[in-house]
Formats: sequence, C-alpha cells, structure tokens
Amino acid sequence: MLLAVLSGFILAFLAPWLTPRLGRAVGWLFGLLPAALFVWFASFIPVVASGETLLFSYPWVPGLDINLTFLLDGLSLLFALLISGIGTFIVIYAGYYLHGEAYQGRFYLLILAFMASMLGLVLSSNLVALFVFWELTSITSYLLIGYHHEEGKARASALQGLFVTVAGGLALLAGLVLLAVAGGSYELSELLTSGDVVREHALYLPLLLLILLGTFTKSAQFPFHFWLPNAMAAPTPVSAYLHSATMVKAGVYLMARLNPTLGGTETWLLLLGLIGATTMLIGSYMALRSTGVKQVLAYSTVMALGTLTMLIGVGTEKAITAAVAFLLAHSLYKGALFMIAGIIDHETGIKDFRELGGLRSAMPLTALFAGIAALSLAGIAPLFGFVAKELMFEAVLEAPAIGTVITLFAVASAMMVVAIAAVIGLRPWFGPRLPTKKTPHEAPPSLLAGPAVLATLGLLFGLLPMLPGQHLLSAAALAVAGEPIEVYLSLWHGFNLPLLLSATSLAVGLLLYWQWSRVQPALARLAAWDHLGPERGYEKVMASIVSISDSHTRLVQNGYLRYYILTIISTLLLLLAWTILTRYPVLPSPDLSGIAPHTFTILAITALAALYAVTTRSRLGAVAALGALGFGVALIYVLFSAADVGITQVLVETITVIMLVLVLFRLPGFLDFTLSGSRLRDGFIAVLFGGTITLILLMTTEVQFFPPISEYFIENSGPLGHGRNIVNVILVDFRAIDTLGEIFVLALAAIGVYAMLKLRAEDRKS
Amino acid sequence: MSHVVALPVLIPLLAGSISLIFWRSHSAQRWIGVIANAALLVASLWLLRETWVHGHLVMHMGNWPAPFGIVLVSDLLAAIMIVLTGITGLATALFSLSSIPREQERFGYYPLLHLLLAGVAGAFLTGDIFNLYVWFEVMLVASFALLILGGERAQMEGAIKYVTLNLLSSALFLTAIGLLYGVAGTLNMADLAVKLAEVPPEQSGLLTVIAMLFMIAFGIKAAAFPLFFWLPASYHTPQVAVSALFAGLLTKVGVYSLFRFFTLIFDQDVAFTHEILLWMAVLTMLSGVLGAAAQYEFRRILSFHSISQIGYMILGLALFTPLALVGGIIYIVHHSIVKASLFQISGLVYRLRGTYELKGLGGLFRSHPWLSILFLIAALSLAGMPPLSGFMAKFIIVRAGLEAGAWVAVFFALLVGLLTLYSMLKIWNEVFWKAGPETQHEVPTRGQSPRLTYYYLPIALFAVMTILLGVAIQPIYEIAERSASQLLDTRGYIEAVLGVQP
Repeated sequence: MLLAVLSGFILAFLAPWLTPRLGRAVGWLFGLLPAALFVWFASFIPVVASGETLLFSYPWVPGLDINLTFLLDGLSLLFALLISGIGTFIVIYAGYYLHGEAYQGRFYLLILAFMASMLGLVLSSNLVALFVFWELTSITSYLLIGYHHEEGKARASALQGLFVTVAGGLALLAGLVLLAVAGGSYELSELLTSGDVVREHALYLPLLLLILLGTFTKSAQFPFHFWLPNAMAAPTPVSAYLHSATMVKAGVYLMARLNPTLGGTETWLLLLGLIGATTMLIGSYMALRSTGVKQVLAYSTVMALGTLTMLIGVGTEKAITAAVAFLLAHSLYKGALFMIAGIIDHETGIKDFRELGGLRSAMPLTALFAGIAALSLAGIAPLFGFVAKELMFEAVLEAPAIGTVITLFAVASAMMVVAIAAVIGLRPWFGPRLPTKKTPHEAPPSLLAGPAVLATLGLLFGLLPMLPGQHLLSAAALAVAGEPIEVYLSLWHGFNLPLLLSATSLAVGLLLYWQWSRVQPALARLAAWDHLGPERGYEKVMASIVSISDSHTRLVQNGYLRYYILTIISTLLLLLAWTILTRYPVLPSPDLSGIAPHTFTILAITALAALYAVTTRSRLGAVAALGALGFGVALIYVLFSAADVGITQVLVETITVIMLVLVLFRLPGFLDFTLSGSRLRDGFIAVLFGGTITLILLMTTEVQFFPPISEYFIENSGPLGHGRNIVNVILVDFRAIDTLGEIFVLALAAIGVYAMLKLRAEDRKS
Repeated sequence: MSHVVALPVLIPLLAGSISLIFWRSHSAQRWIGVIANAALLVASLWLLRETWVHGHLVMHMGNWPAPFGIVLVSDLLAAIMIVLTGITGLATALFSLSSIPREQERFGYYPLLHLLLAGVAGAFLTGDIFNLYVWFEVMLVASFALLILGGERAQMEGAIKYVTLNLLSSALFLTAIGLLYGVAGTLNMADLAVKLAEVPPEQSGLLTVIAMLFMIAFGIKAAAFPLFFWLPASYHTPQVAVSALFAGLLTKVGVYSLFRFFTLIFDQDVAFTHEILLWMAVLTMLSGVLGAAAQYEFRRILSFHSISQIGYMILGLALFTPLALVGGIIYIVHHSIVKASLFQISGLVYRLRGTYELKGLGGLFRSHPWLSILFLIAALSLAGMPPLSGFMAKFIIVRAGLEAGAWVAVFFALLVGLLTLYSMLKIWNEVFWKAGPETQHEVPTRGQSPRLTYYYLPIALFAVMTILLGVAIQPIYEIAERSASQLLDTRGYIEAVLGVQP
C-alpha cells in the first residue's frame, strides 16, 4: 500500500529526466503507472464490497501520533479508483496535448506528484498524514495553475487558489487537532466509531466550523467558489483532473468521510444543506451566464460540488446513495467534457462557445462523446447522470428539514444545467460551420481515449446501474453512513414526483437553450453586481494586507534610533512597574541613618555632574562632567574598600575623557534640533527609569537570601589559588575563562577598528 | 569530567587565533575556515552523542568546584544548539569561499567569523550567568566588526543601531546579574536554581522583578517585539554569508537564553512570567510578518521574517508544556537551517542578477530551474507547508497550543503562517515566475563555474536537511522530547553540576 501511494512520487521525480528521453510515447508509458494502480485497487473491490475495511499501518513519527495509516473502505476505494482511472487518461492525454513544450517534464513531475498526494489524501486514516497530503495537493495545484507563469493572470489565479485553499487548510489543521482532542485519537479508523463522544464534546461546534472552513474552501463552496473558475488558467489536462474530477472533491471527500463522526446534527444539516444548495444554484447560474468553454465547465463543477455538499448535509440513506452516485456520474462526464474542451481548443484554437458551430462533420467521434457526456450532465435517461439526478430529487424531497428550500434550489439549478448541457453538447457541433483559427481535424487516439472511455462508462452504468451500484457504490455509501444502508440503483423508478421534476426541468432547460443567445447576454449584464461578491472581498483582504503592513511598519520600524531606545526603555519600565505593583506586596522603606555624611557629599557631586552633562550646551563641558561623575563612582568604590576597582575606574575615566576630548575637539559645535516637548518626554522617561532601577536596588539590598560565594574566594585564594590579591586570583584562576573571553573581545575590537579605518568603501571606489 | 564539552569553544578560538597568524595568506585562512568548521561540526555531533548517552556533561573550568568556578555544561538543548552552530558555521565557511570579496578577507573576515562562533558556542555551553555575559560580549564585538566590514555607508548606519541597542541589552543584562548576585550570592545557574527555589513564595516577587530585566535583555538579543528594531536595520547590510549566519544562529542565542533562564532559574511565577512571554511571542510573530509584507527587497523580507519566526520559538517556551517546548526546540532547528539557506539563496540571486530588489528581478524559473526548486523548498518550509520541517515545527506548536487552550495564540500562529506564505510567494512570483525585465543584464560569472559550486553546495545541503527534518523527523523528535523533559525537570541538570541531589 505504501508503494502504491509513493510510486507516484518516485515516478514524479524521475519525470523531468525521463520526459525528453521518451519522446512521443511519454504519455502512454507514464500512463502505465496509474493504470497499474487502477487495476491493483480494483482487485480490492470484492473484499471491500463484502463490507470489510482494510487498514495498513506504517510508523512515521509515532511520538507525535503521526503515522502513515491507510484505510481502505468503500469510500476511499471509490476515490482511489477515480483518481487512478481518470489519472491514466489524463497522463496519456497530456503526452500529446503538451508535446514539444519546454516544461513537459516539469508538468509530469507535478501532475504525478499530485496524483500520489491525492491518493494519499483519500487513503490516509491518520489525520496529520491526511493533512500533509491535503496541503501537497494545494501546492501542486498552485504550481500547475501557474504553468504559464509569465502571464500575470496565471500567477494571480494561482496565488488566489492557493491562498484561499491554504487559509482554509490552516483552519482545517486546527479543526483536526481539536477533533483529535475531542475524539481522543488521531486515527480516522477510531474516530469513525466515536461519533457520539465527539458530537457531545464542548469543542464540537468550533471544530466543526474549522473543519468545514477547510472543506468549503477546498471544494469551492460559496462564498469561496470564486477561485475555481480562475484556476482554469491551468492547462486543460490539469483543469480536467484537479479542478473537476479529483482535487476539488477532496473537501467533499472529507465531509463524507467525517459524516459518521460529525454528521447528523442540526448544525451539520443546516450548514451543509444550505451552503451546498446555494453553491449549486450559484454555480449553475454562473455557468449559464458564461461563454468561455472552460468557464462554463468550471461553474458547472461548482454546481456539482454544491450538490454533493448538500446531499451529504441531508444525510439520509437516499441522500448518501445519491451523493456517491452523483460523485461517480460527475467524475465520468466532467472528466470527459473537459478533455473534449481541450480537444476543441487544440484543434480549433477557440475558447468561446459563441464562436463555435458545425464541427460535427470535422470531428464526428469527438462530437459523439461530447453528446453522450452532455446527456449525462443534463441528467437524461438512459445515462448514469439520470440515475443520480433522480436519486438527488428523491433525497431533497425527503430531507428531514429545509426540504422545501433545497428542493426549489435543486429544481432551479437542474433547469439551468439542462441548458448548459445543451450548450456544450449541441452548440459546437450543430448549426452552421463557423470559421476557426486552425483547420479542425479529428483528435488523435491519445486525446480521444479518455472522453471515449469515460462517456461510454456513463452510458453503460446508466443502462446497468447495478454494475457499479452493487459492489462499489453500496460499499461507499456504507462508509459514508457509518452503518449498513439499503442501496438500490435503478434507471426506472416509475412515474413519481422526481420524474415530474426531471421532466419539468428538461422542458424549461431546453427552452432556456433555445433562447440562450438572449438569455446569456441578459444574465451577463448582471455582472455589474459582482462587486458585491466574495471575490471582491478577497481582493480587499489582499489590498489590506499591503496597506496594514505598510502603515504598521512605518510606525514600528521608523528608522530613528532615539525612538527605538525610547520604546525599549518604556517597555521595560512598564513591565517592571507592573511586576512591582502586582507581585511585590510592600515597597521598601530604606533606612538612611547608617550612611555617613561624606557619602552624601559624593552622591551630590555625581548627581550634579550628571545633571550638568545633560543640560550643558558645550561638548567639552559634558565630557568633563561625565569625568567628574566617573571619579565620583571611583570614590564610592574606595569608600566601600574596593580600592583596586576604584583605581581601575580612575584609569578608565581618565583615558576616556582624554580620548573624547581629542575626538570632540575636531567636531563642530552643538546644534539643537530637539523640541522642548520631546526633551521633556525623554527627561521624564529617563528619571522614571533611573528611579525604578534605584527602587529595585533598594529592594534587593534589603534582602540577602543566601551568603555570597565570594566567601569561598576569600578563604581559598591564599591556600588554593596561591595569591594574596583576591581579585587577581578570581580574574586569572577562579574565573579565568571570563578573562580569556575578555582578551578575545579586545582582539576582536582591534581587528574591527583596524578594518573600519583601513577598509572604506569610498576610498575603494576612488 | 568530560573534556568534549570544551571542544566547541576551543576549536573556533584556536582557528581564530591561527587565522590571525596567517593574516596575509587568504588561501590558508579560507581552508582553515572550512577545516575548522568541519571539525566543529564533527565535535558538535560527538557532543550530542555523548550528551544523549550520559544525560548531562559537565566540565569544571580550572578544576574549581561548582558553584565557585565556572562550569561548561552540555544538556541536550545546549548540544542541539551546538550542532546548529557547527552546521551553520560550516555552511557559512563554504559559502564564503566564493562570495566574500578579496579585500574583506584581507581585513580579518575569517578570524572574526571563528571568534564569533566561539562566542556563540560559549554562550550555549556555559553554566554561569556572568560567563554568559562575557560570551555575549565576544559575540557582540565580533558581529559588530563583521557588520561594518566593507565600510559601506548603509553598513555603518545599520551597525550603529545594532551596536547601540545591543549595548543597551548588555547593560540591562549586567544590571540584572548584579541584582541577582546581590539576592542569591551566586552566579552558577544550577546553584541559582537550587537557591531561588528555596526563597519563600511571599518574597519571590523580587525575583520576578529581576526576571523582567533578564527577559528584556534577552528579548532584545532575540529580536522580540517591541525590542527588535536593530535587526531590520542591520541584517540586510553586510555580506550575505554574514547575514545568513546572523539570521540562522545569532538571534537564537537570545532565544536559547530565554529558554535556559525561564526553565531552569525563573520558574517561580510561571503564570505571570510566561503569560508575558506568550503575548511577547504573539506580537513578535505578527509584527515581524507584517513588516515582511511591506518589503520589496529580498534580504529585508527575510530579515523581518526572522523576527516573526522568533515569535514561534518563544511561544513554545511560553506555553510551557512538554510538547510546546519540543515544538520550540524543533522550531529553532528548523529555522536556523531554512533561514540561513534563504539568505544564501538571495546572495546567489544577487550574484546572478546583480540586485536584491524584487522589481529588478525575474525569469529565474526559466533560466535556473534547480535554484528555483531549492528556493521553493526553503520558502515553503518557512511558510510551514508539509512535508517539510516548517510544517512539523508549526504543527507541534499549534497542537501544543490547542491542547493548552491558548486559542488566541494559535489563531495568530496560523494567521502568521498564511502571511508568511504570502510573502514567500511574493518572492517566488517576482524573482522566479515573472518574466525578467527587458533591461536585465546577466552578471558575468567570469567563466568560473566551479566557484558557483560553493554557492550551491551549502544551499543544497540545507534543502536536504529541511526535507529530512520533515519526512524523517522521528529521531530529532526523540532528542527534542528528552531535551524538553530535561528542561522541565531540572533535577538532572542540578545534580550533574553540583554533584548533589537537589
């Protein structure tokens, strides 16, 4: 199983190297891998159909509960078959479609990596592994949408798709972690049986909303649907595979997968039912409004994704059966139609329905398969799409709540879908032949293989619905429901309300198609209202990222060192004050009586010197005052019998003052640019800071919790350190490594100063 | 006593000194650079192995018993940091071979590099707070000298801000050391841990006040909000090899110190101190990533992201659960590798195209597919996309945060991940996908393709590491997990240093 998932990655990384070496046969040869996978997965059908669930486990990061655990039941098997099956035809198709392009190798790398990720996604039982594959599909999708990366529009669309899906993905990540917290496991195989615990958990609502954010963005549900039509900037094989048959269904897959754990609540029904129905309606409306071949198909995919979400939300036996049937039907006809769209583009160079007509004679086979697939899309007997649509109508009519609303939405949507199907299935092929950029020919076998097989399967499954129904779909429905359910698919359900709805929608749909050349422009005029739509919201968010970050950065990183210092000191003050006020019950009341009067004198001198240094307008005066301050400090050292430290201080002060005077002597006089207001502010902060440090100092001198280690030094510097000057022994023996470090500091400073003086950019240039 | 603890300090000190002896020979200095850093990497791996086997390694300098003399201590956190020092050190040495201009080699580039690494290693290994200050000084002076090497005007301007604000940090650090010594009478970290634990709770408020001083001092070093100003002012000015080393390693010293102090020494009032750290972390993440979104220069974007990522590491510390600390540690490892690699890529792009401005770049996906892939790996890893190291690091932090109920922090951690992706893709779009500008000139590579190898070599090695850290993270996770338990249960550390049961 591990090999099945990873083989795609292995071939992917070899693809850029292999592609130029295999020439024209590349598509057929690469197609062998997904084909083999399809056969391998198909061999599991009997076992899975008997209701068994297979688990394959490979440890990955066991400490974090991350494992490559794969779960094979009806649902994952159905998806795995779709992914590998359609993948086979896509790979073959791309071999011809992109032949001779410079990036064909990179394309195969991405599409094969995508296929492997998608397989991993639907097979993973581990939540984290599932998420890893989930994000991998987003990234490969991003790189594929941006295939024509030198066009600005492709880059923008790629970014939009990724940004929306990754934003949802991050919510999903949080949701999955919370799900694991609530359900007590990172394994779907265990979570599927602990639905009651999860639904009762306090975190149920937040985790549900987070997970749905992930699935709704991935599966292009309203209001996140806008990225999908833009993703059509990708090459057609990508649109057919990622953005219709597989990746966008990942969200639907996850909702179906989690239905036993999360589903069945009122929130679930309302959210999925209403949002799904809305998406369905908007998708079909937008499809009817558009004229671009891929645009129409993309919006009809949005419609299908909405339908699936709605059905999973309804969650009855009928609805679940309808969902899996619809899923299969859609993958078959939409995969076929997209590949046909690619053929049209490839053979005629035209991407708009209004400019297409009469191609039937030039490419009869293409026209035939387009017609079959379109019939399935429209839901007309005896195609499999009809079976699915009948089930869908039955399900919405029986919905436990909001039934009326979603039935109305479903019928309205079905009417428009019939019209769309007619536009796709009739318009390019019949009527007068319109001029094309290239002379159209029948497509070669590698392009036609996919549409032919997929469309034929749609017809076959329609005539014999028990063929997929008996084994695969019933197992899939069982997995979605989480409990055994009755699955019965048939073409003919008798004269009932669903059939009446079908007939009505067919009639109205054909009417709409008849008037398409009037309806479509009328609807397109409604585009003026699009500025209220969610896509504008996306644009606003992107614009506000730039503007917020601009103003934030101008404020924070303003370039002025003085404000930086001010901010740091103020932050420190704030934290200190807050800590002292909340954590220190009694402020110290220092006892000053023991201090000798001459100490006060020295203190007064240093304080005055400091004051003079900050107020004087003369540089030399300030330096001299700082010197006085330093000598005052030296005196204090002496008073507390640290004579050697005092001597060091005197030496340092003397040298500093002399050097500063030498340097400052060559500088021009002071210029005062500072406003008195900011001086006042700085002075205030400085005094407050000094005061706070003094306060802390007083607090610490009050307590001495433990005797200092210096007693050890006093005792042992003679006997063990063999020196009578304790400070010296500390410096060169007890703490010699400090001194070593300081020696290197001096060496470093010397190198730095040398380089600064000798290596100047200006000198070098001149 | 284990002498291997001293090797990571001794090797670069020695290499620095020998390089000074060979002041006039570039080639000798260059190869000393590579050999010494390779030796450092080997020694660091050996140290990690020994530490893994023995738990804690202690060396009493000058054979003076703790807490009176200075000790070098290696626990797993220190050993991990030392391995990172070895990795980034070697990568920098390799990258320097062809990227450092001749005249900078003439003015002590290599000695400065070695001594900087010595300072970093010393800071990771010391078990004494004043000695830590000394290593900070070594680092500060060495990094300052590296920043100004070259003498460009922008370098001077950045370096002034760098050195001023870092000296402020040093001053606060020293003040805090003095106050702590006044209260506890000791400088040894293990001894401090023992003694501060004995301070009666009603008096521990004073310790929290002192802890704040340390927090700010290290917060400045780590470039946390609102203390990070020196970083965006200076990191884009020196040679890219230096920027990569700084971003990969230097800010981590501040983070490491926060980890060390706020697990071992200041755990009296976790509810208070770590709550502050939490908000510091959140604001750091957010402020950094917003800063990056506003930039259009390759290195400036990366600099601001460094800040943002520091927030994640501090968040790991702030949450203070075992898993969160694991996340923090893995984040440190991940970020060192990825950020150093991204800076080096920016240097290679500069070498190829002669600019760092996104506006003037483009077309590299067409002309340099391998470089593009290397960038994409590093960039996606930084943005936390699976299956790379950044995802694992982020996942652990997010999971720890959710398990601890820190909703706000997790929300921002995820949001910042999205914004990181935004600016990484901005670079990808502008530098790699976009068609190159018409007037673009291919900077002649002077027919020296072997010299470009030294650009590619470290970048490719970093890419391999970030992939391995993502897909084969289990061993690193185990080390980080044991390291986190060492941090939370300080008895092992104390016993190893002081030789007594606490």
